[in-house]
Amino acid sequence: MTTIDTPTRKSGWRAWLTSDSPASRTHARCVQLYLGWLDLSRNPLAMIGLAIVVALVLVSAMAPILATHDPFAQVLSDRLLSPGEGGHLLGTDELGRDIFSRVIHGASITLYIVALVAATAPIAGLIVGTVAGYLGGWADIALMRLTDIFLAFPRLVLALAFVAALGPGIENAVLAIAITSWPPYARIARAETLTIRNSDFIAATRLQGASQSRIIWGHIMPLCLSSVIIRVTLDMAGIILTAAGLGFLGLGAQPPTPEWGAMISAGRKFILDQWWVATVPGLAIFTVSLGFNLLGDGLRDVLDPRSSQ
Amino acid sequence: MATVSDDVRARRAISPFSRSFWLSLLRLLASLAVTFVGLLFITFLIGRVMPIDPVLAVVGDKASDEIYQAARLAMGLDQPLAVQFAYYLGDVVRGDLGTSLLTANPVAEDIARVFPATLELATLATIFGVLFGVPAGVIAAVNQGRWPDQVVRVFGLFGYSMPVFWLGLIGLMVFYGVLGWVAGPGRLDIFFEDVVPQVTGVILFDSLIAGEFEVFRNALGHIILPASVLGYYSLAYISRMTRSFMLDQLSQEYVTTARVKGMSELRVVWLHALGNVMVPLITVIALSYANLLEGSVLTETVFAWPGIGFYITNALLSADMSAVLGGTIVVGMVFIGLNLLSDLLYRIVDPRAR
Repeated sequence: MTTIDTPTRKSGWRAWLTSDSPASRTHARCVQLYLGWLDLSRNPLAMIGLAIVVALVLVSAMAPILATHDPFAQVLSDRLLSPGEGGHLLGTDELGRDIFSRVIHGASITLYIVALVAATAPIAGLIVGTVAGYLGGWADIALMRLTDIFLAFPRLVLALAFVAALGPGIENAVLAIAITSWPPYARIARAETLTIRNSDFIAATRLQGASQSRIIWGHIMPLCLSSVIIRVTLDMAGIILTAAGLGFLGLGAQPPTPEWGAMISAGRKFILDQWWVATVPGLAIFTVSLGFNLLGDGLRDVLDPRSSQ
Repeated sequence: MATVSDDVRARRAISPFSRSFWLSLLRLLASLAVTFVGLLFITFLIGRVMPIDPVLAVVGDKASDEIYQAARLAMGLDQPLAVQFAYYLGDVVRGDLGTSLLTANPVAEDIARVFPATLELATLATIFGVLFGVPAGVIAAVNQGRWPDQVVRVFGLFGYSMPVFWLGLIGLMVFYGVLGWVAGPGRLDIFFEDVVPQVTGVILFDSLIAGEFEVFRNALGHIILPASVLGYYSLAYISRMTRSFMLDQLSQEYVTTARVKGMSELRVVWLHALGNVMVPLITVIALSYANLLEGSVLTETVFAWPGIGFYITNALLSADMSAVLGGTIVVGMVFIGLNLLSDLLYRIVDPRAR
C-alpha cells in the first residue's frame, strides 16, 4: 500500500505545484514560485551563488561551533604563524589570533551589515519612488531632484563623508551605506509606478474610494517589489564591498571586531612576507560577493527575461 | 525646388545648433545647477552635523568664554542656517573650499596639486578597460551562450565581486614582491622625484616633454599595476554593456541584409554592428570613467598614489573636515561633469536624441 501511495502523492504535489488553473491566490503564488525555482535551478551559476549565500547564513549562525579558537584570544607567542602551523588552519595574525576563527565570526558581521542595509534602503527608495510616480507634479519633481542629487555623488565618497561626520563604527557605516544606496531603488520604483498608475484596476480601486496611501501601499508597491528585489540582490555584493572598503579605511567596524575589511587593512603591513593575513579575509569577501552576484544574475534571468537575453 | 528646401530643413533639424538643441541644453544646465546646489547643501549639512565643535577646533579648549564667543561670531555661526549656507555657497563658487588642518594650505590649492595624479591613473585605467573590454564584449555577443560568452561573463563577475583594495594588495605581492616586474607603491622612485619640471602635472607627459626617458620608464613601472587593477573594474563593466548592446544590434535586420549580401562576418560584426554600438558605448565609457573616481579612493590608498582619493582618506584619518568635504565636492563635480559630457556627446552623435 505505502509503496504505491508515496509516488502518487509526490506527483500529486507536483501536479498541484505546476497546475495551470490555480484554485486560490495562495495556490497561484505557490505555482509561480515553484516555476521560478525550476527556472533558477536550471542555471548552474545561480545555484552556485545560492549555495554560497546559504553557506554564509549557516556559517554565521553556527560560528561558535565551527570556529576552532576564540576569535579575540591573543597569543603573542604564536604571532603570524603560517597556515597549518600549530593547529591554526589558516594561520594567525599579528596578535596571534586564529585567522580561520576570525573569518568565521566575520561572516555574521557581513550578514548583519547586508541585512540592515537591505532592510532599510530599498524600502526608503520604494516609498520615495512610488509616491513620486503616483502623485506626479511637484512632488515628483522635488523627490526626483533629491534622488538625482544623491546619485550625483560617487557612493563610496559620500559614505566616507558621512562616516567622517558621524564617527567610525558599524552602525554609522550601515547608516552611511543606506543613505547612499536608496536612490536607484527610487528610480526603479518610479518607473514601474508610471507604467501602472494609469491602468484600469487602479482607476477601479480609486472609484471604490480607496485613499491615495492605500493605493500606493496596497496596490502599487507590491507590483514594484519584484524589480526592486532583483536590484537588491545585485546590489548586495556592492554593499559588501563598500562596507569592506569602509572597514579597510578604518571607518567601519573597529578593532578587535573581526570584520573582513578591517582584517585586510591589518594584514596589509605583512603582505610581502605573511601573505595569508590579508589574503584569507579578502577571499572571504570575494566568495560572498561573487555568490550574491551569481544569484542576482540568475534571479534577473528568471524574473526579468527582457534584460538578460 | 521643394526637395531642395526639404533637404535644407532636414539638414537644419539635424545640425547641432538647432533651436531645440539649445533649449534642451539650457534645461540641462538649469537642472545641473540645481543638482550642484543640492550637492553643496549635503556637504554643508555633513559639515554641520559632525560632533566636532568647529569653534573649539579653532580656538582650542583652553580658550576663555569671550574668545570662544568672538570666534563664534567671526565664523558666522550665530547666523541662521540659511544665511550660513548662503555664505558657504558664495565661498565655494569663488573657489574657496576652506583651509586644510593637515597641510595648512587652502584645500582648493591642495586638490589642484593632487588631482592630475588621479586623472593620470583613471585615464590609463579607462584606456585599459576600453582596449580589452570592448573586444571581450563583442566576442561574447557573437558567441552568445557558448564558452567564450561564459568566460567573459565569469571574468566580469569576478571583477564585480573583488574588493579593489584586496586585488591591489595581491597584485603588489605577486608582481612587486615575488616577481619584481613592476615598481612598488608611490608615483616615482624617491631619487626620481622632482627631476622633471611640472608642466601638466601628469608625470608620463612631463617626463616626455623634458626628454627624461629614465623618469618616464620609472613612472610607467609605478602606474602600470594600479592602472591595471582599476582598469579591470571598468573592463568588467564595459564588456558587459558592450555585449548587451551588440546582442541588440546583431538581431537587427540590417545585419541580416549585410549577411545575405555576402559580406564577411568580420565586416558585419566589427564594422557595421560595432559602429552602431559606439554611440551608447560612449555613455558607458564616460560613466565607467566616473565610477573609477570611486575605485581610485581605495586603490590610491593601497598604492600610496598621491591623488585625490589618498588626499581624502588621509584627511579623514586626521578629522580634517574641510579637506574631506572639499574633496567630496570636487569629486562630485567631476562626476556631474562626466555625466553631462556623456549626455552631450550622446546628443551630438545620435541625431535621434536631440
